[in-house]
Amino acid sequence: MNQRVFTALLVVGVSMFVFAPFMIAWAPYESTMGLVQKIFYFHVPSWFVMFLAVFICGIASGIYLLKEKPAADRLAVASAELAVLFGLMGLVTGPLWARKAWGVWWQWDARLTLALILEMIFCSYLLLRQYGGPGSEKLAAGLAIFGMANVPFVYISVNMWRTVHPTTNVVPTLGPGMFGAFWWCVGAYLVLFLVMLAARIRLEKQLAQVEELHLALETD
Amino acid sequence: MKSFLRVAWLVMRKDLRVESRSREMLYTTLFFSASCVLVFSFAFVREGRPVEGAAAGILWIAVAFSGTLALARAFERERQHDVLRGLLLAPIDRPAIFVGKLLGIVLLMVVVELVVVPAIALLFRAPFFAHPFLMATLLGTGTIGFAAVGTLFAAMLIRTQSRAVLLPILLYPMTVPVLIAGVGGTVALLQPEANLALAKFWLAMLVFLDVTYLTLALWTFEPVMTE
Repeated sequence: MNQRVFTALLVVGVSMFVFAPFMIAWAPYESTMGLVQKIFYFHVPSWFVMFLAVFICGIASGIYLLKEKPAADRLAVASAELAVLFGLMGLVTGPLWARKAWGVWWQWDARLTLALILEMIFCSYLLLRQYGGPGSEKLAAGLAIFGMANVPFVYISVNMWRTVHPTTNVVPTLGPGMFGAFWWCVGAYLVLFLVMLAARIRLEKQLAQVEELHLALETD
Repeated sequence: MKSFLRVAWLVMRKDLRVESRSREMLYTTLFFSASCVLVFSFAFVREGRPVEGAAAGILWIAVAFSGTLALARAFERERQHDVLRGLLLAPIDRPAIFVGKLLGIVLLMVVVELVVVPAIALLFRAPFFAHPFLMATLLGTGTIGFAAVGTLFAAMLIRTQSRAVLLPILLYPMTVPVLIAGVGGTVALLQPEANLALAKFWLAMLVFLDVTYLTLALWTFEPVMTE
């Protein structure tokens, strides 16, 4: 991604986030939860982006295992970090909402449990990459593929088991007022994700270049 | 297919033969699992009597902890004398090595369970033997699922730094679904009137998880083991 596209995306992302609170305030109140429901506009996009990041990490890891392309590995580590970050946002906004909506901070129902496991799997991915020493990229790639297999279960868990968490029927049936605000926030989060992903990949590329230069210097 | 199974059998036989000479892994893992159960029997006590319903969880935790220890030890052996490199250099299907090691681990874990289940039944007064066939199937499928992921990760980590702590860190989040299903099924069986339908549901879940994990492990074993 060249500098101009990056800056443009950054400006777009920031503006979308600046405007988002207004869109959320203009959206109608939900019938039973009132004001508390409005955290939905940040909670759901966080998890959407987290799932996207996990898929990207999984697919990039698969490519890295098969083709051994360093670019795929850079993409994998960048999206894994973002998966942990956006997952953390989702895991914080969720309990904040749950405390008001269900009366408890946390429940061991299917979706929450599986989502927490997914987050922990990618935390363990980062730990492996950080502390595993040389050669841990391939091992982490294997781990990421296992982690990616977890995502569909998190998504369908609310439909398969009766849980307290709202089902996946909510988003497709949003009313006109909420529809705009929700998809605006999804767009904002996606732009943010792309910007951070690009920055992180660029950092990883530069680290690789420094490493190469270091080795060249040493072997001369 | 036949040579695949033969290779797996040979790898397992090698492991068993090496183990039979010192019996180190067997004795240490058995003693560890017994110590685990002992610690739990002091931890989960209320007014001097064992806590109701803790037996299922304790069983699966003991299995998981002993399994992790066994996995770490099993692959430590492969590291010494570069045995794993020798195996990888041989003109065989690499997934067959995985299956061979998996069978060895599962066998060790089954032996551990043969000791741990009666011990917990005794200390926590849990009716594990009320539905022996279903209980054994639950334990068996859970063990296979846990061992499948564990064998893959332990093999992956064989040359990694900090592998002793990284194995549990990687293994436990990934095997939580197996533990949830195992404990769920065991709890259903341990109730005064056992809920067989629920136990069978959790058994089906375990079978599904086993198939998923085994398939993924067989796919990823070869690429991650190339150096």
